Amino acid sequence: MNIPQDRSYTKDHEWVKIEGNRVTVGITDYAQQQLGDIVFVENPMEGDEVQEGDSFSVLESVKAAADVYSPLAGVVVGVNEELENDPSLINSDPYGEGWLAIFEMEEGTEIPDLMNADEYAVFVKEQE
Amino acid sequence: MEQLKKTPLYQQHVAAGGKVVDFGGWALPVQYSGILEEIAAVRKQAGLFDVSHMGEIMVTGPNAGDWLQYMLTNDISKLVDGQVLYTMMCYPEGGVVDDLLVYRYNADKYLLVVNASNAEKDWQWLNEHVKDGVTLENISDDTAQLALQGPLAQQVLQKLCKEDLDDIGFFYFRDQLDLGGVKALVSRTGYTGEDGFEIYCQPADAPALWDAILAAGDKQVLPCGLGSRDTLRFEANLPLYGQEISRDITPLEARLGFFVKLKKGDFIGRDALARQKEEGLKRRLVGLTMVERGVPRTDYPVYDEADNQVGHVTTGSYSPTLDENIANALVDSQHIQEGTKLWVGVRKRRLEARVTKLPFYKREGK
Repeated sequence: MNIPQDRSYTKDHEWVKIEGNRVTVGITDYAQQQLGDIVFVENPMEGDEVQEGDSFSVLESVKAAADVYSPLAGVVVGVNEELENDPSLINSDPYGEGWLAIFEMEEGTEIPDLMNADEYAVFVKEQE
Repeated sequence: MEQLKKTPLYQQHVAAGGKVVDFGGWALPVQYSGILEEIAAVRKQAGLFDVSHMGEIMVTGPNAGDWLQYMLTNDISKLVDGQVLYTMMCYPEGGVVDDLLVYRYNADKYLLVVNASNAEKDWQWLNEHVKDGVTLENISDDTAQLALQGPLAQQVLQKLCKEDLDDIGFFYFRDQLDLGGVKALVSRTGYTGEDGFEIYCQPADAPALWDAILAAGDKQVLPCGLGSRDTLRFEANLPLYGQEISRDITPLEARLGFFVKLKKGDFIGRDALARQKEEGLKRRLVGLTMVERGVPRTDYPVYDEADNQVGHVTTGSYSPTLDENIANALVDSQHIQEGTKLWVGVRKRRLEARVTKLPFYKREGK
């Protein structure tokens, strides 16, 4: 199981990479394995205002559709359009080319309940 | 997983990394290497499925044939020894109890292969109607079933078998074939739209047979899960009980009228189905191809141009073989014309689709 040290993780098996007010979000290696081959992505729109816990993206495997819930409140400022042509990027490179969206948060916002890589590794073990 | 029923191949699934899930009370693999890879293997090479959860009921006795003719919608009297028939079993109201295969051993001996999810209900239904001169035996627990499907299926199975498999035609079977030391019933049937075989054997023999087929396949045969099986059957327009047919959906509505022989004599459901045919069908199953981006799923609503709901999706999926998003939908009969525009409600949006010709997928040369 690949869990890079350079970012934080949520209990919904998403990763977040915080750079100032900008936060890039994707799903973890564990999450993509659980979903299986992803064949369709419904992206958010740039400018979408999202509350914490809102579904901002839908990932569909051959068998089912899965909502991705936002770990933060913010505005979508970046969308990975490449996923519409090649949804399998989420399977092959979940932490890189398979990123889902970039959000801009208000100044001083904190994202609650984040785990570091080691904590997330323990969390995943408990799930299994 | 503890409370789930296990097939004789459970250890094979776990050992080979199958993703085992609760499949209607059975611990079965939804996938092995990946659904896309498994679908491609069955379409281009071959795949091996454990379908031991299916139900098997033996029907014997001097009145077995006549009685089945009354219980089932297709014409059993046309069967010869060693032949297989696909049929519905209906309620008096015309809805479907189950869809099943009938194997004729001889005039007094038949095997019914029924859906796992309906096996108990079928067993009760048959027993409620059983007559003198007919004996029923539920042999589900004493029967394992493997399905080897795909263009290489025959070539691979032939390596384990001295008899020429060319002698088994489409929807025919041979009993007591020797497959590398295992005695099995082999039929040229399946649920994927490809050439292939369904193989029935003793549970104790199943692991050895499973391993022998994979070894004979020499990496060309992939172990496959039930996830790929469902997409394969859907692409080939094979119905799934509970989705395309059910107690509330008749075979005529589901475009399975070919398997309902209204002129063969009396059978359960005939009057209702004959009436439905005479009065005209109010709704029918159609194929939909999505025009706008989006994946249709079971139970999503279907709308006409004026945004009235005119039906629902029975099965929908991305089709890896066609690289399109497709669906079966049960819709009001005025919307069944090929090319008709319909809209599928996908979450909050209405996405445009077209009524298309069925089946979505048909293998070459068939």
